[in-house]
Amino acid sequence: MFRSSVPLLWRLKKSKYRLVGTHCSSCNSIYFPPKTFCPQCRRSGKIKEIFLSGKGKIVSFTVIRVAPKGFEDKVPYVIGIIELEEGALISGEIVGNIEDIKIGKSVHSVFRRIMEDGPDGLIHYGFKFELDD
Amino acid sequence: MRKVAVIGCGQTKFDEHWDKSLRDLSTEAGILAIEDAGIDGKDIEALYIGNMSGGRFIGQEHLAALAADQGGLLPRPATRVEGACASGSLAFRNAYISIASGLYDIVIAAGAEKMTDIKGPDAIAALMGAGDSEWESSIGLTFTGLYALMARAHMHKFGTTSEQLALFSVNNHKNAALNEKAQFPFPITVDDVLKSPMIADPLHLLDCSPITDGAAVVVLASEDVVKKLKIENPVWVVGSGQASDTLALHDRKSLTEMFATKVALHNALKQAKIDINKIKLAEVHDCFSIAGLIALEDLGFCEKGQGGRFIEDGNIELGSTVSVNTDGGLKAKGHPVGATGISQIIEIVEQLRGRAGKRQVESDYGLTHNVGGTGATVVVNIFAKEV
Repeated sequence: MFRSSVPLLWRLKKSKYRLVGTHCSSCNSIYFPPKTFCPQCRRSGKIKEIFLSGKGKIVSFTVIRVAPKGFEDKVPYVIGIIELEEGALISGEIVGNIEDIKIGKSVHSVFRRIMEDGPDGLIHYGFKFELDD
Repeated sequence: MRKVAVIGCGQTKFDEHWDKSLRDLSTEAGILAIEDAGIDGKDIEALYIGNMSGGRFIGQEHLAALAADQGGLLPRPATRVEGACASGSLAFRNAYISIASGLYDIVIAAGAEKMTDIKGPDAIAALMGAGDSEWESSIGLTFTGLYALMARAHMHKFGTTSEQLALFSVNNHKNAALNEKAQFPFPITVDDVLKSPMIADPLHLLDCSPITDGAAVVVLASEDVVKKLKIENPVWVVGSGQASDTLALHDRKSLTEMFATKVALHNALKQAKIDINKIKLAEVHDCFSIAGLIALEDLGFCEKGQGGRFIEDGNIELGSTVSVNTDGGLKAKGHPVGATGISQIIEIVEQLRGRAGKRQVESDYGLTHNVGGTGATVVVNIFAKEV
């Protein structure tokens, strides 16, 4: 990761903190991460923001054991692709016991610290996923 | 469109070149290519260079002018092209189009990457620039991690095993042992792969291509030039396809195929007016063993989901159904990202010229498949001995 500025994190805060995606009422597609332009309807698309529930299922996952700069102290950690109940897919860390994580299991989003950008840098916050009981 | 041929090839050894800079490596490969083509440097009209991340790896952008400067090609136009790990093939395609269109007659397509001037975690972070920086790399999802997500999905859906994946690396190393330019010119076993450290489950260290320094250069020429200079063994570009897909892996319709590969292949075959069963020689993009396996399926060498069995049954070995990665592939020859696409083309050209030495196979056609990121950019080229 490069050293991030406040604006870089600030402008993504709605989606990273509260799972705000977008919905195109012309083709009924849900986008998360949000798109300001519907790639299917192009200029005839009608895009509006929506709140996503954060509930979904694990489509695939991996255990990262060799990490990039900024994440070295976290290994091993699990990243999965989650299919949200509204239909969009997103990558996110899955917290909890590694042995319990399986494809198809239900998860919900939680607000967590993601990483620290060095000892004097910004702290990144955002969503992770936790297994349902 | 005019007919275009590759008339010269040159590349450095792929290695950790602690004693050489990016400018040393590109100049070395360029001189070899121009000597091989039997032309004079002043005959070159333009240069395209593929490079993924000079800025992150060596703090140097503006690499096209640098390459022209170092190579004595001033004041000719020089352009850097970037498409992550497919940068080399994009440079080649731009050079090809510039001749096919009638604009130029002799053009250089180069690729170079110097990856070992920064530390491991920094290099991993630089490579993550090929994914989605806001939604993938920002959460610590590495490149190995992204391909591991594909591998897990493939295993879950089709029952593909770690042993089958390991066999792809084993085949690469077996071929690399016959290639003096390879970074790892020695054989390995399935057991070596399975006992190597896990990087991102289910991918082991020996499922992954390495961090490499290297440069590769080819000289392209129009049919007029080939005739005028009486080039003895030109290798013709008979098909070239390129396609794009979503930048982020999670936005794909399927985690177990690369749609852009299928589109690029379709267009390349259509231009070449041939069917995939004519292709007995292929360089496929195996940045990870799973990438190579998925490529075999998407390129139509076997059915979707059957890649593991196809490898297991010995269909990708030298001289078998389709000789895959005869030079060692990204895994064992090495993967200096921007140079890889050009280096794949060099292997096909040398094979079709009959100059591949101990790893020589018989084939009328050869195919290169080069992927950027997790499949957001794909280039497929088809080459032939005859136009």
